Amino acid sequence: MKIEERVVGGVTILDISGKITIGEGSIEIKNKVRELLAAGSKNILLNLGNVGMVDSSGIGELVSSFTTVTNAGGQLKLLNLTKKLKELLAITKLLTVFDSFTDEGEAVGSYS
Amino acid sequence: MVNKFLKNGLQKDFEISFGSHIQYLDLIQELALSITKLIGLEEDVSYWIGLSVRESVTNAIRHGNQQDETKKVGLRFKISPDRLMILVQDEGKGFDISSLPDPLDQDNLLKPSGRGIFYVRTFMDDVRFRNRPDGGFEVRMEKRLDNLKGEKDED
Repeated sequence: MKIEERVVGGVTILDISGKITIGEGSIEIKNKVRELLAAGSKNILLNLGNVGMVDSSGIGELVSSFTTVTNAGGQLKLLNLTKKLKELLAITKLLTVFDSFTDEGEAVGSYS
Repeated sequence: MVNKFLKNGLQKDFEISFGSHIQYLDLIQELALSITKLIGLEEDVSYWIGLSVRESVTNAIRHGNQQDETKKVGLRFKISPDRLMILVQDEGKGFDISSLPDPLDQDNLLKPSGRGIFYVRTFMDDVRFRNRPDGGFEVRMEKRLDNLKGEKDED
């Protein structure tokens, strides 16, 4: 898994590619999010358009990152969900938890 | 749905066992995908079967065998013209499936774990669990093939 970081309009966007599965990458997201929070970046957008495989551990890491950011007074949102990731989130009612977007500009503009 | 691999009507059986290491998970998922390809299942159905196998084997390695590499996970595919049955067995202490919390319960929605078996139950048609009399836990999951669209082989 690869994470590239950029900042657009005060929002830190993490472009994630590869797998988010047990033992591969899932912890990297959580660590990266913690690092951003420690540096004062609380508006975080995960761009998941190039993510291939996600398993239940990967879903758990997204949830865990979400609660960590929310508890720190920030906002974590999702961009470009693949069809299969959207389905995994939908059937576990997590689409009601995460704000998700298909347009980056709209996503960035949604942060208060 | 009958393709060239299944058309003589005989049940096909494929079985492996391996030590409990999470680094095998990608390989196991690929194996499941290869088998669904052999049967001629469409991509979406194959993907979710592959994920279900991955989740079940993850549980067997982590929770059943506690990642003890000397303990084996058994994986068996039984393929008939009308169904694919997959068995995952571990050498752990067993488990009371009724003790699993509901991941859709409002109190559990934001928990980082506890969704694997829920996904398996969602994507497979019939899923059964049992503590085997000779020890270890077993997941038996089935996908019915008779009502699925698939790629038929041309003769």
